[in-house]
Amino acid sequence: MAELVKRKKALSVSPLKASQTIGASLAFLGFSRAMPIMHGSQGCTAFAKVFFVRHFREPIPLQTTAMDQVSAVMGADDNIVEALKVVAEKSSPSVIGLVTTGLAETQGTDIQRATKEFRKKHPELNGTEVVAVNTPDFSGCFESGFALAVQSIIETLVPNSVKEGKGEKVGFKRKQVNVLCNANLTPGDLEFVTESIESFGLRPLLIPDLSGSLDGHLADEGFNPLTTGGTSIADLKTAGESVATLVVGDSLKSAGKSLLDKTGVPSFHFSHLMTLDSVDDWFHCLTNISGEIVPTKWQRHRSQLQDALLDCHFMVGSKSAAIAGDGDLVIGFHDLLASIGATSKVCVIPAKAKSVTKLPIEVIHIGDLEDLENLASENSVDILIGNSHATESAERLGVPILRMGFPQYDFVGGFQRCWSGYKGITQALFDLANIFLQSHHEIQPYHSIYSQKSDSPYADSEHGAVH
Amino acid sequence: MKAKDIAELLDEPACEHNKKSKSGCAKPKPGASAGGCAFDGAQIALLPVADVAHIVHGPIACAGSSWDNRGTRSSGAKLYRIGMTTDLTEQDVIMGRGEKRLFHSIKQAIETYSPPAVFVYNTCVPALIGDDVDAICKAATERWNVPVVSVDAAGFYGTKNLGNRIAGDAMIKYVVGTRDPEPAPMGKNGIKVHDVNLIGEYNIAGEFWHVLPLLDELGLRILCTLSGDARFEEVQTMHKAEVNMMVCSKAMINVARKLNERFNIPWFEGSFYGITDTSQALRDFAKSLNDDDLTARTEALILREEKSIRDKLEAWRPRLQGKRVLLYTGGVKSWSVISALQDLGMKVVATGTKKSTEEDKARIRELMGDDTLMIDDGNPKELLRIVKEYKADILIAGGRNMYTALKARVPFLDINQEREFGYAGYDGMIELVKQLCQTLESPVWTQAKKPAPWESGASVGIKAEALTMLTPNEQPSADAEKREAS
Repeated sequence: MAELVKRKKALSVSPLKASQTIGASLAFLGFSRAMPIMHGSQGCTAFAKVFFVRHFREPIPLQTTAMDQVSAVMGADDNIVEALKVVAEKSSPSVIGLVTTGLAETQGTDIQRATKEFRKKHPELNGTEVVAVNTPDFSGCFESGFALAVQSIIETLVPNSVKEGKGEKVGFKRKQVNVLCNANLTPGDLEFVTESIESFGLRPLLIPDLSGSLDGHLADEGFNPLTTGGTSIADLKTAGESVATLVVGDSLKSAGKSLLDKTGVPSFHFSHLMTLDSVDDWFHCLTNISGEIVPTKWQRHRSQLQDALLDCHFMVGSKSAAIAGDGDLVIGFHDLLASIGATSKVCVIPAKAKSVTKLPIEVIHIGDLEDLENLASENSVDILIGNSHATESAERLGVPILRMGFPQYDFVGGFQRCWSGYKGITQALFDLANIFLQSHHEIQPYHSIYSQKSDSPYADSEHGAVH
Repeated sequence: MKAKDIAELLDEPACEHNKKSKSGCAKPKPGASAGGCAFDGAQIALLPVADVAHIVHGPIACAGSSWDNRGTRSSGAKLYRIGMTTDLTEQDVIMGRGEKRLFHSIKQAIETYSPPAVFVYNTCVPALIGDDVDAICKAATERWNVPVVSVDAAGFYGTKNLGNRIAGDAMIKYVVGTRDPEPAPMGKNGIKVHDVNLIGEYNIAGEFWHVLPLLDELGLRILCTLSGDARFEEVQTMHKAEVNMMVCSKAMINVARKLNERFNIPWFEGSFYGITDTSQALRDFAKSLNDDDLTARTEALILREEKSIRDKLEAWRPRLQGKRVLLYTGGVKSWSVISALQDLGMKVVATGTKKSTEEDKARIRELMGDDTLMIDDGNPKELLRIVKEYKADILIAGGRNMYTALKARVPFLDINQEREFGYAGYDGMIELVKQLCQTLESPVWTQAKKPAPWESGASVGIKAEALTMLTPNEQPSADAEKREAS
């Protein structure tokens, strides 16, 4: 059991944290024809947009209620109604995600009430769903904001088949499997999730599905103000008819519970798909759900991973890492490293996440990248694992970095890299091994003081004897 | 090379093997040979001479699959890392253009890289078609006034071991004695400095740099290591040493013998693997040099170093104590590694003796007792059988056997020339225990042996527990359960 060490500093230096607000926006970007609106001043949205544009290298649909001085003081509910109306009229999205910022929350806004008011005022816009989520940036972090949004989406949009007493809807769609996907699953990870489920003759319903919208594809329609892919709201509403729900990520446990309570669909939980054991469980679960055998392709990938574990343990086995990221990422990378014998000497998360305490290490720090750098230096780790902001720290420490998480602005393709499944793990192990091979700590050349070599540093001195 | 010359090289009076059927090292057996050829041996023996241009004269296979493939390190010059070959074509072979091509190749190497010398390795094809490599080298030497040394080591001449001797012989014949070293300086604190050579030390992974500072401290000036981190100019001065140490392998025993015959330099055998052997090697230097002051200082140094290393190893000992090892070494003397492992409290259950002499075997028996299995024929299948039968925890062997071991999911430590880590000297022991612990304690072995959970049909019910169903009172996840259990 790991102990969480809270930050003691007043100042957060080189922050690791990204806000709940943008995390929540990202969840909405995984639905088809969606538009997140941030309830706050327009800067909140502008920063978030840049954050995502640099990471995904994609246009990002994101709007704002544009609170100004007057609405900040006098109440901004009108801004909400207007923003919802304008967006709904202009591009008629299937869903608008209304997420709050610290400003709105401090003001004390009631977004649910404002949403109701919009509904009352504009019944003609009922074709657009609105999901409101409270995601102040003064608590939680990126991952928790994402999770809150997923939970709100489920609570708002998925029909409550248990309460309505509409009988057993579970398994109505015999081939459909819900997957709740946490904030840190990349489009590449989701492709693995989809592919693996489909290979058992099942149909995955990803909630949400960033692989449809932000995988970096050129759509036929050219520019679109909304998301161009992702899970459709109509499909989402059938989640209660699926045969099973798979929850990936500890941050989504609460959202998973909401879905279970509402629908009664049996639910299975996975912290991540980044170790042989967890992926074994994943496929075992799929074979149990479908009654189909595991396709040979995956078995092949599995034995390749086993081989890679053996090959790479020589280079990676005794190494130690410092990991910085949201809770689910830290758990995933910790377990990945542990599976090959490497240690996570330093783990830093941006905000409290209870789930990380299950890790079998002594302490996990809640802190920033400065903490990461200092702790990494004190513990003399061999590698940093973190987002692009950590590259500076890595340079100062003189250790290599493996990039993961948000944001990755100095590394093309990082946004869609697959870490999950046997193949994803294999590649991660190869990359770690290569990083260590390149920075292999060679025995330093020793130059004999009596050296006769003319390229020796002692060559010019008087035979080098006296020093 | 003439058959007579080969026979002469095969007859090595200084080698204990030079008797009976084993004389000159056994002939390779068609269909059941795994070792390298004479070219391989010659190239391996000399490639570490770092500032020389090494040209392989032959079609691509010889150099193409072997260049820059060794773990040997240089403290300066890096020319040896650049692969050079005449890359003979079909036309060259048919039209007899090989010699011309070689001559131009030497020119190009000299003009591009200005090396102090060029070594030309002959290979099977030009040897067969009769290229006169010796004559070309001689002509090139005169033409460009740079020593061009012919190393006539076509693969079909014999084994890798023969190649080592050919290489050593070429050095004696063409290089050693062509330059005198600077006179030995006065050492630190007025100690007398002695000139010595090391033969057969290759500085794999830079491991000799663990030892060199100690030699500096004792006032032993290395005129040349043949050939780890060596320079051409150093090889030239080998004849001036007061004593030679044959390190570990007998591969270049002919060099030691000939230096003894021609220049009256005594030699001894030793090893820098393990605490016991490292100390012994240092003592043997002092003894051969017959210097009382040196002997006293050597003993003091050994006392200091042994205490320091044993203290450092103490922390590791419990992790290795009682672990069972199957040792199958190639060039490195088995007994020398055995004592290193025993220093760590490990048990060697079997050892390879293919290249060991009767004396070596006696030494092994003395170290390990009579019940130890000695393996003469270490084919991969046999090795794995022995690992199983003798319940070995780890196989320590050359890189060639590495993937065999891994495929059978047997922990493995590579101690051959391709390895990445240096184990020589006192400090090398730390690296050795680190590597041993890393692989022995690695979690990868359980994962590699783990059957897929869906394969064991009967266990569906049991395995389903691993998948936690989220119930209203929410159970911990599968991973968490496992952790708590452990």
